[in-house]
Amino acid sequence: MTDLSPPPPEVLPESAAAPPDHTAGVEGRPEPHKAGMVCFLVSEAAFFSTLIMAYVIFLRHGSAGPTPDEALSLPLVLGNTACLLASSATVHLAERSLRKGNVGAFRLLWAATILLGVLFLVGTAVEWRGLIRDHGLTIGVNLFGTTYYTLVGFHAFHVTLGVLALAAVLGVSARGLLPGTAPLPVTLVGWYWHFVDVVWVVVFLVVYVLGR
Amino acid sequence: MATAEIEPAALPAAESRPPWTAVLHEWVVTVDHKKIGILYVLMAVGFILVAGAAAVMMRLQLWAPNLALVPPTTFNQFFTLHGTTMVFFVGMPLLIGIANFAVPLMIGARDMAFPRLNAFGFWATLFGGLLVYFSLVVPGGPPTIGWFAYAPLTENSFARGPGVDCWALGLIVSGLGTTTAAINFIVTILSLRCPGMTLRKVPFFVWVMFWTSVQILVVMPPLTAALTMLEFDRQLGAHFFDTQAGGSAYLWQHLFWFFGHPEVYILVLPAFGMISEVVPVFSRKVLFGYEFMAAATAAIAFISLGVWAHHMFAVGMSRALDLFFAAASMLVSIPTGIKLFNWLATVYGGKLVLKSPMLFALGFLSMFVIGGLTGIILACAPVDLQVTDTYFVVGHFHWVLIGGTVFGIFSAIHYWYPKATGRMLSERLAKWQFWLLFLGFILTFAPMHVAGILGMPRRIYTYGPGRGWELWNQLATLGALLQAPSYLIFAYNIVTSLWKGKVAGDDPWDAWTLEWATTSPPPAYNFAVVPTVKSRRPLWDLKHPDDPDWKYE
Repeated sequence: MTDLSPPPPEVLPESAAAPPDHTAGVEGRPEPHKAGMVCFLVSEAAFFSTLIMAYVIFLRHGSAGPTPDEALSLPLVLGNTACLLASSATVHLAERSLRKGNVGAFRLLWAATILLGVLFLVGTAVEWRGLIRDHGLTIGVNLFGTTYYTLVGFHAFHVTLGVLALAAVLGVSARGLLPGTAPLPVTLVGWYWHFVDVVWVVVFLVVYVLGR
Repeated sequence: MATAEIEPAALPAAESRPPWTAVLHEWVVTVDHKKIGILYVLMAVGFILVAGAAAVMMRLQLWAPNLALVPPTTFNQFFTLHGTTMVFFVGMPLLIGIANFAVPLMIGARDMAFPRLNAFGFWATLFGGLLVYFSLVVPGGPPTIGWFAYAPLTENSFARGPGVDCWALGLIVSGLGTTTAAINFIVTILSLRCPGMTLRKVPFFVWVMFWTSVQILVVMPPLTAALTMLEFDRQLGAHFFDTQAGGSAYLWQHLFWFFGHPEVYILVLPAFGMISEVVPVFSRKVLFGYEFMAAATAAIAFISLGVWAHHMFAVGMSRALDLFFAAASMLVSIPTGIKLFNWLATVYGGKLVLKSPMLFALGFLSMFVIGGLTGIILACAPVDLQVTDTYFVVGHFHWVLIGGTVFGIFSAIHYWYPKATGRMLSERLAKWQFWLLFLGFILTFAPMHVAGILGMPRRIYTYGPGRGWELWNQLATLGALLQAPSYLIFAYNIVTSLWKGKVAGDDPWDAWTLEWATTSPPPAYNFAVVPTVKSRRPLWDLKHPDDPDWKYE
């Protein structure tokens, strides 16, 4: 009889205080923050899918102004892509170092990730300057400009947020406030960063390889 | 118990109530899922009165041919605000708010997984709504685009004032709030269920909220993307939907309805869940066919993602697309039918308790089926081509949204109000509300089907005499006037019952789910001891130790 559930309300102590962490759940259930991050990334994937679809639909919709074949050049963007792919590797290695307890290596690799992210953004800025100055491609000039700047711009915006999140984690770590060998902020920001990289791989393939 | 005597210190505290500023502060900064849920509901009640008033004005304008009560532009602004408000700032906040209140209690949790994110979700929704209504004071006034905002009506060439911008930005802001609410529900339901409550044992409403949240998560971001594109068009000179520069009005329709149709299920699935809680309790029987109901819910959530273009048969897509979307739309009727028959089987042979929650639930069962049937008619592409954009469509979706969603919501509010406040709602007022709504609703929307078949288009601000539309419009207007007081009675009832209502006690309906195990209203921490459950009806097990459910499940 003792396992009958739940205890009747009248035997519950009225003044019982809630435990400090109400999310400390039952064994075997997903960790809430990780589950939340997965959900967030699903919603982000739905968002980018829409932008990518719009890009593909308007691809080669002939209107005046520069076309992808004329305007986009591979060398610079290949460098950008290399930066972002390398940053996925460094963030992964940083996490692994931290799990092994090597905080110094973690911070170094984490900082390298930030640097690679910033390099990608600088590369994008240089590319956009070329597009605007040399090719006269702006968001309003034709449908290619409209869809290109929206898609690539939203990705760059996500990279920017990622760099800020990475920097915040580095700052917290530098002040010695990151406990344990696999703290949640490191894991979650790492996931976000990998996601942003994967989105870039798709954007790169659609915009610069298949769509050119 | 010796401790039961009144403590002297408690009495003065009850007399000297905290100042209203302190109460306001407490509600503004709260992260308690119950208070946030109540805030959502209060916000929606405020918006329902505003958007309902717009509806009454439109009905009065359509009372007779060539009336000039509401000018054409104002009429267009009314139906834009009415539709937008009812979907985004009444329907969804009511469902999300009620779920916010009930879900953590039903699964034996102390709060949602992310309480601060939860508060953000509410405030984003509220301020998104206020941003849409801010268009009332900008030059040009509110947008005249309908709730689906077809391009290129929304482009700069046709909408010069900032009304469309208020509308789009308001929906982006509230959409972000809704997305965070969906994330919160999914994580709460996956991670915070009390010990023993496997996913096969969750109360049915919780299961439904999980799938509703999955839908929100998948379809709300595309709407945000589409609205962003629209704002890029308007503010940055992009050309997504600018047909004069090669943009596509067709793309907007696809993007909008990819959100817009699942949205209809987002609005009605939670009502299914509410009915699935109320019908068993007031039939004194266990929910019939829980597993089939659960599978049908998931099936609806999936199928509903592939039916959106049945709103677009008249665009002239292609025969293949027409056939696909017609077939997919009709497919939805199978899981929906499964649900309906399971509810009927739950009622069948039960000892019905005809209290207000059950009245609204029976209103739902009878009316939703009719809305579903006109839905099957509309899913048939050749028929749709005849009645598309007529009042037949208006009659159909109001039948589903009021006969389904609104009756479900009223059922849920009458069911959980005692838990939320500790007081019972007045049954007498609730019955007045129900019958006025039930009869007024039929009288408003049934004649619209006839007017539609007779060819009356939607969204016209007036019509010429001699087309045979007068009678049907007058019946509909009378119906609206009959319905309107029911909403006022409801607002009056939920306010005055706070102090006039009978004290409810913990479990006024003799129900079976965990929220009835704690006090009414529940303490901030919900459960002093996190409960452990062994079946879908933990309180039945508790009340009937000789015959517990877990022996049979």
